[in-house]
Amino acid sequence: MVLGLVIGLTILLSVIFPERKDILFQTSWRFFLEMIAILPAIMILVGFFSVWVSKDLVMKYLGRQSGWKGGALAILFGALPTGPLYVAFPIAAALKAKGASVANIVIFLTAWACIKIPQEMVEWQFLGFKFMLLRLALTIVAAFLMGAIIEFILTKKMER
Amino acid sequence: MKSTIILINLIAVIGLLLSLRYDRAKTKVAMKIAVKSLVRLLPMLMVIVLIIGWLMALVPPAAIDAFIGEKSGAGSVVVVALFGSALHIPSIISFPLAASILQRGASIAAVAAFITSLTMIGMVTLPLEINELGKTLALLRNGLSFLFAIIIAFIIGALL
Repeated sequence: MVLGLVIGLTILLSVIFPERKDILFQTSWRFFLEMIAILPAIMILVGFFSVWVSKDLVMKYLGRQSGWKGGALAILFGALPTGPLYVAFPIAAALKAKGASVANIVIFLTAWACIKIPQEMVEWQFLGFKFMLLRLALTIVAAFLMGAIIEFILTKKMER
Repeated sequence: MKSTIILINLIAVIGLLLSLRYDRAKTKVAMKIAVKSLVRLLPMLMVIVLIIGWLMALVPPAAIDAFIGEKSGAGSVVVVALFGSALHIPSIISFPLAASILQRGASIAAVAAFITSLTMIGMVTLPLEINELGKTLALLRNGLSFLFAIIIAFIIGALL
């Protein structure tokens, strides 16, 4: 349904803007290829995770009781892999299903989004050391704050 | 990205071989989960891929550069953050782009807002996020990220 709509609109757009049509399809195709290149592998890894990693393990290190250490671990997990953010969504969902706390999920996602070592190097190169450091520090703080806030709200919601 | 692609697929294959060796039944379950998740995600991903194509076709990086480059002042930080949320650019491109925007005269705060909102918020990928993690978490995370992107931008602007 939504897909049909989007496909329809895409065709419409390529008719209205024939000169942009190539960029549209080329970009989409490129993204599609990028996606196909990693997504199956990621899904396989998520499958293994669901089957092999015990809930206890996840809850111990990333659950609600894990505190600061859990948060730090979440940052590490998020910072290590590369890939667009949407790849992280199924991974986060799997973690959540295994008992990771909402806060840690949020921290994980935030880290995945914009805390990556190679990326930080590029940032350093183009925008300066101070900028990179400042943004990094502030983002980490924001991640923890957002994690706490969202977990609080979701818990309240569940209690109702 | 290429090396990551190879790496992740390698890990998946190694994982597969190891898993097969230790427990065939579990491996089957894992693969079933993997395939099911992939199929579940596919329509949403197709939509995202097409929308990204639209974005690239209709809003080329040169336009972004021109648009943000001339902005400065408090209001523009919010506008830039909105802009960043809607866009979907690979982060490798985003830093040089941010640097050139800075050179064009944008305030450091606007540039910070651009990078933070670009990476942490994903309007294009929102449907997928909602699907995987639930409406509340997805909306809260993106909404709060937007807020924090602005806060971080102002702090960076004030300090740098």
